[in-house]
Amino acid sequence: MLELKNISKKYKQFSLKGINLKVNKSEYFVLLGNSGSGKSLLLELIAGIIQPKEGEVYLNGKNITNKPIQKRQIGLVFQDFALFPHKTVQENILYSLNNSSIGKILKKTKLIDIATSMNIEHLLNRMPGTLSGGESQRVALARTLVKEPEILLLDEPLSSLDIQLRSGIRSLLKKINKKGQTIIHVTHDYDEAIALGSKVAVIDDGRIIQSGTIQEVFKNPESEFVANFVGVKNFFKSRLYRTKGKTFAKVDRETDIYLLSDKEEGEGYVMIRDEDILIYDKQPESSAMNNFEGIVKEAIPARLGMEISIQTSLLFWVLVTRESYERMKLEQGRKVWISFKASAVRFL
Amino acid sequence: MKYSLFQNISIFFSGLIILFIIGPLLSMFIQTGKPEFLETIADEEVINSIWLTLSTAFLTTIIFAVFSIPFAYLMARYNFPFKGVLQGIIDLPVVIPHSAAGIALLGFVSRDSALGKFAGYFGLDFIGSSLGIGIAMAFVSLPFFINAARDGFASVPKRLEQAAYTLGASPLRAFVTISLPLAWRNILSGFIMMFARGMSEFGAVVIVAYNPMITPVLIYEYFGAFGLKYARPVSVIFVSISLLVFILLRSLSKEKAVVRA
Repeated sequence: MLELKNISKKYKQFSLKGINLKVNKSEYFVLLGNSGSGKSLLLELIAGIIQPKEGEVYLNGKNITNKPIQKRQIGLVFQDFALFPHKTVQENILYSLNNSSIGKILKKTKLIDIATSMNIEHLLNRMPGTLSGGESQRVALARTLVKEPEILLLDEPLSSLDIQLRSGIRSLLKKINKKGQTIIHVTHDYDEAIALGSKVAVIDDGRIIQSGTIQEVFKNPESEFVANFVGVKNFFKSRLYRTKGKTFAKVDRETDIYLLSDKEEGEGYVMIRDEDILIYDKQPESSAMNNFEGIVKEAIPARLGMEISIQTSLLFWVLVTRESYERMKLEQGRKVWISFKASAVRFL
Repeated sequence: MKYSLFQNISIFFSGLIILFIIGPLLSMFIQTGKPEFLETIADEEVINSIWLTLSTAFLTTIIFAVFSIPFAYLMARYNFPFKGVLQGIIDLPVVIPHSAAGIALLGFVSRDSALGKFAGYFGLDFIGSSLGIGIAMAFVSLPFFINAARDGFASVPKRLEQAAYTLGASPLRAFVTISLPLAWRNILSGFIMMFARGMSEFGAVVIVAYNPMITPVLIYEYFGAFGLKYARPVSVIFVSISLLVFILLRSLSKEKAVVRA
């Protein structure tokens, strides 16, 4: 388990202020923040590249604040991969093992094992300069994982990859985490946080603003920053399944939301933006596949129009203009129908 | 393709400049007769002098390069107070007159100086020895090496060293396995520049060690004693050998282009 206690540090134009953080074993922990928020600095601090000015870092109960990088048992995959350009893929992967005193045969076994699980056996004799982004990422992961770190730190691991490659690396990261590897993943992309993380901490201007499970943070943003940043109120844990050629996300074992998705069946989250939902007086006759009857619970003035919460089998948030709010008299207790298109639903 | 007026002027000027460099050398080669050339090339004094020049310059370069590499690395990697001043000191030998550098060195290494006395205990003498020649060569040529090596190290991303540390490498191992190989081309090119500069040095060497005569001093000696006709073949031979060595080392340093991250 990794624990940061009251970490403060100023470095160049970035700073960290009073950071407290706990990451449990086997957790997939996402640090979410905009560029310049200090999230990469925090990662470098955990890795030991920089030292905090104040505060302590504990790994499995031991204070490692002043432990040299080499002895930390923490692996870091850099955003730009930082593969050694003058060494082959194999030499890159073996680099950490050559720093230790393990035997030749064991080294070879480890090399083959990791190359197989990262699917890069065919690249071992290539030079890093000849690899694609996705291949480089796999090699960088292999190079770090082969030394079996307690914690794997990932700095924006998907940001330099094409969209097509991202899903491949995502499932690879999930697979690595499932085997019990603790991961701390830094990103500015909340899709990534939702798709991968079990826990998330939102960081802004060097402070952790909110942390918790994905659901806690995304459903109940505690500050405006988090709300703006994650910005999705209609956010439900669900199970994707297909029947008769149609795709549904089942929420809370009772509500089916119809959607368009090519994702595999399984657990995930559905998201519907509050401006994509329409409110009707009576059951609508439209092409939209998702129609629910409910009662207005609350109407809250928002920066743009009014935020209306409507209790159906699920609680939905809908953004309407002030004019619509007044015209439809959307006061508390009023019965309405809501409707949204399958294409407005995202599954992550 | 039609060239603009500016392009035409540029091409014309470029031609003049190239001619300015090539012209004197070419005319020197042309004006040297075959018999004089053959006679000179058989002259033991000339051959010994060329050998002395090349070997001293080479050894000096190797020894000083080894000692300068860590310094170049520090200059590339770290910021510290008075770094600019330090950089100025490194460049000093380039801007001061080489004869003045020779005078300064002479006072520093003469038999009466502390260093000269110290060397004397071991039976070594800087003045009038290849040791003195080496010192003078190094003094004026070292900046070329340090600056090239520093640029080489500066071009290696710090990230790669950090990556090596996170993979368990000690700073020394990271230096030897990552920084040094990646800066190697610059280091080699700095080596060539230092070597070339060292072997062609006259001003500083002639003051510290007139004898044994390195070729630039020998050329001057022949010119003073016998005139242009005798100095010319020696010059032709030395320039040819210098060019040969230069091309050889240069091609070595270009041999393998390293793929950068």
